[in-house]
Amino acid sequence: MRIPVGTAVAAGSIVALAIVPPITEALREPFYLGLCLRLMILAIAAISLNLILGFGNMVSFGHAAYMGIGAYVVGIGAFHAVEDGIDWLANGFLHVPLAIAASSLAALVIGAISIRTRGVYFIMITLAFGQMLYFVGVGLEVYGADDGLSLYMRSDFGDVLDINDNTRFYYLVLALLLATLYGTKRLVASRFGLVIRGARSNERRLAAIGIPVYRYKLVAFTVAGAICGVAGVLLANRTDFVSPDMMHWTRSGDLIIMVVLGGMGTLFGPLYGAAVLVLVEEFLSGVTEHWQIVFGPLLVLVAVYARGGIAGALRALERRRG
Amino acid sequence: MDWILLLEQCLNGLQLGILLFLLAAGLTLVFGIMDLVNLAHGSLYMMGAYFATTFAGWTDSFLLGALLALPAALLLGILVEVVALRTLYSRDHLDQVLATFGLILFFNELARIVWGPAGLDLPLPAFLETSVELLPGVPYPAYRIAIIVVGLVVAGGLYALVSHTRVGMLIRAGASNREMAGALGVDIQLLYTLVFGLGTVLAALAGLMAAPILTVQTGMGETILILAFVVIVIGGIGSIRGAFVAAVLIGLIDTVGRAFLADLLRLFLANQTAETAGPAMSSMLIYILMAAILAIRPQGLFPPRGR
Amino acid sequence: MFRKLMGLAAAGALLASPAAADKVKIGFVTTLTTGAGVIGRDMRDAVDLGLDHIGRKMAGLDVEVIYEDDGFKPETGKQKTEKLIQKDKAHFVAGYIWSHVLLASYKTAVDADTFLISSNAGPSQLAGKLCDENFFSTSWQNDQTPMAMGEVLNQRGVGSLYVMAPNYAAGKNMVAGVERTYKGEIVAKDLTRFPDQLDFSAELAKVRAAKPDALFVFYPGKHGTQFFKQYQQSGLKGTVPLYSVFTVDSMNLPLLKDQAEGSLMTQFWAPDLDTPANRRFVSGYREKYGRYPSFYAAQSYDTVFLIKSAVEAVNGDLGDRDGMRAAMRKADFESVRGPFRYGNNHFPIQNFYLRHVVKDADGNFTTEIVSTVLENHQDTYAKDCKMSW
Repeated sequence: MRIPVGTAVAAGSIVALAIVPPITEALREPFYLGLCLRLMILAIAAISLNLILGFGNMVSFGHAAYMGIGAYVVGIGAFHAVEDGIDWLANGFLHVPLAIAASSLAALVIGAISIRTRGVYFIMITLAFGQMLYFVGVGLEVYGADDGLSLYMRSDFGDVLDINDNTRFYYLVLALLLATLYGTKRLVASRFGLVIRGARSNERRLAAIGIPVYRYKLVAFTVAGAICGVAGVLLANRTDFVSPDMMHWTRSGDLIIMVVLGGMGTLFGPLYGAAVLVLVEEFLSGVTEHWQIVFGPLLVLVAVYARGGIAGALRALERRRG
Repeated sequence: MDWILLLEQCLNGLQLGILLFLLAAGLTLVFGIMDLVNLAHGSLYMMGAYFATTFAGWTDSFLLGALLALPAALLLGILVEVVALRTLYSRDHLDQVLATFGLILFFNELARIVWGPAGLDLPLPAFLETSVELLPGVPYPAYRIAIIVVGLVVAGGLYALVSHTRVGMLIRAGASNREMAGALGVDIQLLYTLVFGLGTVLAALAGLMAAPILTVQTGMGETILILAFVVIVIGGIGSIRGAFVAAVLIGLIDTVGRAFLADLLRLFLANQTAETAGPAMSSMLIYILMAAILAIRPQGLFPPRGR
Repeated sequence: MFRKLMGLAAAGALLASPAAADKVKIGFVTTLTTGAGVIGRDMRDAVDLGLDHIGRKMAGLDVEVIYEDDGFKPETGKQKTEKLIQKDKAHFVAGYIWSHVLLASYKTAVDADTFLISSNAGPSQLAGKLCDENFFSTSWQNDQTPMAMGEVLNQRGVGSLYVMAPNYAAGKNMVAGVERTYKGEIVAKDLTRFPDQLDFSAELAKVRAAKPDALFVFYPGKHGTQFFKQYQQSGLKGTVPLYSVFTVDSMNLPLLKDQAEGSLMTQFWAPDLDTPANRRFVSGYREKYGRYPSFYAAQSYDTVFLIKSAVEAVNGDLGDRDGMRAAMRKADFESVRGPFRYGNNHFPIQNFYLRHVVKDADGNFTTEIVSTVLENHQDTYAKDCKMSW
């Protein structure tokens, strides 16, 4: 039996991620554990963006804002837990639902207004809302404003899931990454996913047969926001630091680049994109200070020649082989 | 309210608006006519500033440096169009975003290697380094007046070019309906290169005029690029008139908001909170404006006809 | 598969036998890119000069300095700090121009039991509540320098003051500092966006309208150059005199030239300060790099000697952290600022001087001490620091 290239690479990357902790432990290089942790968290955020961008053609340029919301839930909770001694505010089982609620509410409101617009206007209106939230963060004097907030306490998930232990934290994030991948797969294949994907190619026809496309798109937009909020909770705990910078439009841009580079509308594309961006930055910047002068034109080449990003290239490889 | 202060702030806002317009004009033309999302437009702005600084250093003259920078920018624009962007016109917007984002990285790093990481300063000639009394007791920097004058002249010239010349007619035709213009025998390829070159020159002009006020450094294009996108979206993509109105509007709101919002907030909030919230909220204003305009007019203030 | 894995892990364990401390590793986080890159360069040059002066050895051990660029961003600075500690296994992490970058990186370093030495930033939190036994400063607490300036303003009978600073941790500290000592009326305060706001036209127009007796600003690095130029262009120079802290330095003086002549500032150090270490430092620096050192450079140079004093006190036994800490607390090295001692919060207790800009014999612009404003001054946050020794 022959395994398709795409499947092999996907399985390979998951296995690779799973064996990172024992290797880094053996090599006493906790730095790389932290790096891969960051990679997976960004991948979760990118997957959530891909849900609306890749499958639904809604290019949200403010997606990092939801990550920021999730991060600030943790940051503010920990801040009061440490400063005012309100211990329960550091509870992770409070942070996650609260982050989901807050980010999905934000996504609901933003989506409700934005989805009425099309194309580049949609890009720009989501950018506008993202920037508004960014400046809300900048204006939060109590919570460090521009300077951000150092976390003096991570979310408390009890003893079993103690994320102060980076290895446990790592496997928790890996599990969430797999869950997100699986959930996305199911969602895209469902009737709901069919509508979202259908709306991408011909919205008017779907509306004509009586499907409330707007509502479907809004739900997808909100779900994506909620997942990204969870990624924010994880990222805050990973970096022990929260700042408005997390919501800046360049961060939303990074997420878009991850999705496009990895392959829009593919299951594993965003993971590849996140991996390439994080790893290339780390290793290429180690090789030469001027790594961007190589990476920049590389992106141009990918855009011009490799349609469908990395996942697309893998598919092309498979076709050539078969 | 101090009316003279308000007037002065409006001038400051107008000056920012003019810079934004120069940047946005090229962006809106390229977007409107070629349907190309060019994130690297900010890099061309940056390169304009670097060129002018270098040439000014060689010739020891600000004006000569500026004059030499413009043709250099034109060549660069044509080069970028021919080498990298030409193949992307028919592609998905996101492919264009990826490619032009790559160009941003490239240009930033190139500037860093060639001109060093620290950034440069473009010194002004003495006659622009002073202030002029606009009203008795209200001196205003001469250089900022110069920016406003140059900007208005260019805007006027651009308006004349677009609405009263044959090239302008082709540009308008291209903005309304590309396929039709092509079918009518317009050399689309040449028109595109021309428009892109024009946009680059305008961006470079904005960059070199901003250089003495700001500092010439890598990444200087990105901050203002996003404002320029806001301008073209509010104005309606492809519309020069819209870009002008929106640019001045954004410039005024940003500056006047920055100047007075903190004081206004102080009426409602504690002093310290107002000090921090003021700058943040004034930066937010333009995005609130854009969201509001798009929510009401999803195609901006002056959507091009025929689409 | 599993067996393969185990093999890998075992091989890894072999590779990672703990390296003997045969050299002193110092991580140095500063800004090498963006408009602030000149500051980073100045600091790096000063560290390098310091290494030259000690023969690149401390207690017989080789010294390796690893420079990292924080890109002017707290999050990047934090990541680099993490890298220096976890990947490079640095014994000391030093540098830090920006208060917000230092605040973001702080926990990573002190939690990892690595010595963290600020060669510039001195945010109030770290001097007070968050003080830590692993953290030292070779500079000052942010409030101190503007406090000295407040005294100068009082002495000069300035009745009303307009205050401008960037809206970040240090900017707020600077404003708090001048407010603490200045006795006249503060007519208005403007906190501007940092670091992206470089155009101060709106604020300068407000200054003119407010007609204060003087203008106090804090605009470090590139922002200082821009501010000075725009202040000049606005025509305010004749009417509202300017008093600044950390705004004019040896990097922008060659650009500002006579625009800054006579400009007043307060500082803990000056190039003409007459101490043996300072003479060696300033002349060595001018000889090697052909320009005057900045205060950033002076602090970075001192950082090298502080670390050296610690390493030598324990005879190169880098595992003896308590010994090194005790040595650093004594501040037993020749500082460019002359002798000083550490407060309980590991911030220097030192003099502050009034300086003004002058032309030297060769026509270069530099600064000179006018008078001593504060003597053996300790920051006001030290009392909030629970540490005592």
